[in-house]
Amino acid sequence: MLYDALIGPFTEFEFMRRALAAVIALSLAGAPIGVFLMLRRMSLVGDAMAHAILPGAAVGFLLSGLNLFAMTAGGLAAGFAVAILAGVVARSTGLKEDASLATFYLASLALGVTIVSIKGTNIDLLHVLFGNILAMDDQTLLVVAFNATVTLLVLAVIYRPLVIESVDPLFLRTVSRAGGPAHLAFLALVVINLVNGFQALGTLLAVGLMILPAGIARFWSRDLTAMICIAVVAAAVSGYAGLVLSFQTRVPSGPAVILVATMLYIVSVLFGRVGGIVRQLFPGRHLEA
Amino acid sequence: MAQLAFHNVTLGYDRHPAVHHLNGEVARGALVAVIGPNGAGKSTLLRGIVGILRPLDGSIHLGGLDSRDIAYLPQSAEIDRSFPISVFDFVGTGLWRDAGLFGGIGKAAREKILRAIAAVGLNGFENRPIGTLSGGQMQRVLFARVLLQDAALIVLDEPFNAIDSKTTADLLALVKQWQGEGRTVLAALHDMEMVRNHFSETLVLARGPVAWGPTAEVLTPENLLVAMRMCEAFDDSAAACAADDARSRAA
Repeated sequence: MLYDALIGPFTEFEFMRRALAAVIALSLAGAPIGVFLMLRRMSLVGDAMAHAILPGAAVGFLLSGLNLFAMTAGGLAAGFAVAILAGVVARSTGLKEDASLATFYLASLALGVTIVSIKGTNIDLLHVLFGNILAMDDQTLLVVAFNATVTLLVLAVIYRPLVIESVDPLFLRTVSRAGGPAHLAFLALVVINLVNGFQALGTLLAVGLMILPAGIARFWSRDLTAMICIAVVAAAVSGYAGLVLSFQTRVPSGPAVILVATMLYIVSVLFGRVGGIVRQLFPGRHLEA
Repeated sequence: MAQLAFHNVTLGYDRHPAVHHLNGEVARGALVAVIGPNGAGKSTLLRGIVGILRPLDGSIHLGGLDSRDIAYLPQSAEIDRSFPISVFDFVGTGLWRDAGLFGGIGKAAREKILRAIAAVGLNGFENRPIGTLSGGQMQRVLFARVLLQDAALIVLDEPFNAIDSKTTADLLALVKQWQGEGRTVLAALHDMEMVRNHFSETLVLARGPVAWGPTAEVLTPENLLVAMRMCEAFDDSAAACAADDARSRAA
């Protein structure tokens, strides 16, 4: 009974196995990026960027219909353009990055929806906005896995300057010029992972599997490495449980994954070891030192 | 032999000068206090020296030093202390010159880091997140990182702000030790008594040099009054600097 509910869908249906592989790939790469987005106070920047990829994906849709390669290419192009422009503007003018990105937030969403509406139906629009992880074919899965691998490799290269730039940017600027390139590479990774998430969760929820697990991790550890591990596990568990929930209840898969992550987030806010509400209300006896 | 030389240096932001037309030299091994009221350009000058800020005009010569031979202690307000990093890892960033992007932190490097932490009196704090430290402890951590950088030129931006007298005395002893080792130290300071008692040379700044030389000669009521009366104007419609015009006419 339990086996049928929790394991059965994956042994029985190939599309469920593909979906599970996709959410695990998304979790491995997206969750660490989400942790850095949160720690660099860029959570909403990620959200704004998710909207920025929409016009590019919509142009891909306009040219080739629901072809995932065309939409991915368009999304990557639009996302990179916006990320690099916003990053360059912020670094060369002193304007806060979120301020320069905020302009793109509504404009990109409006432009993207308008472009999709020119050719598509409301169902197409729903697909673009909320994705459909259950419809993922082998080629798309390979693209998602490739992007995740690239993300982990690049993150390993820029990890050290990224950490130092997050905690003490002036110091990094005195010892190295790696801060600027690391920041731009990080923005590129954000875009790659948003496009990855876009395949599965759509443009509106793509950032969900990045930011929610990061928020969960913040309530369980004060150590960066542990936070990244917790975020990856939380994302993978949300992905798996969301797929099972979607399969059993016919709730759309993308929202189901994000709703499970939200549940974990609420549990963490309540019971988390680091700053959780219950812990604050009932801290136990004070320590000697 | 000059470790630092300023040639008509103007530093500022968006064409507005914060330090105007500074000329002078700092000898190798000197201990120099940079004083002046808030907004006098002390931090701006230090940022120019360490290469964070490019001069609007003029040039700064570092006596053959690479930028990695300079250790910079920023004001602690510039550091994001909510970031989840331990004292050990934070101090360890001082090894960037040796470790860079990919270099490993081996046993010898770990011992160096532990020695630096112990030298500032923070034994047992290695695994503490920096967000849980007091202001004085954080300042000690910053000094430990400077120690680890083992630099010929050390630039300290208000290193004794808002810390108690015991911590100040401990950290001041480190500064004097650095000078004793032949390193050049520049520090932006507000405590006139400390400057008078411990710093042999002083630059009084008020968006430009007011006086520069031996502390006993420079730290006079007249000079301090001039500095206090500093003009803090920031005018977008201001004309281009007349001093620059005069210089180009003379040339």
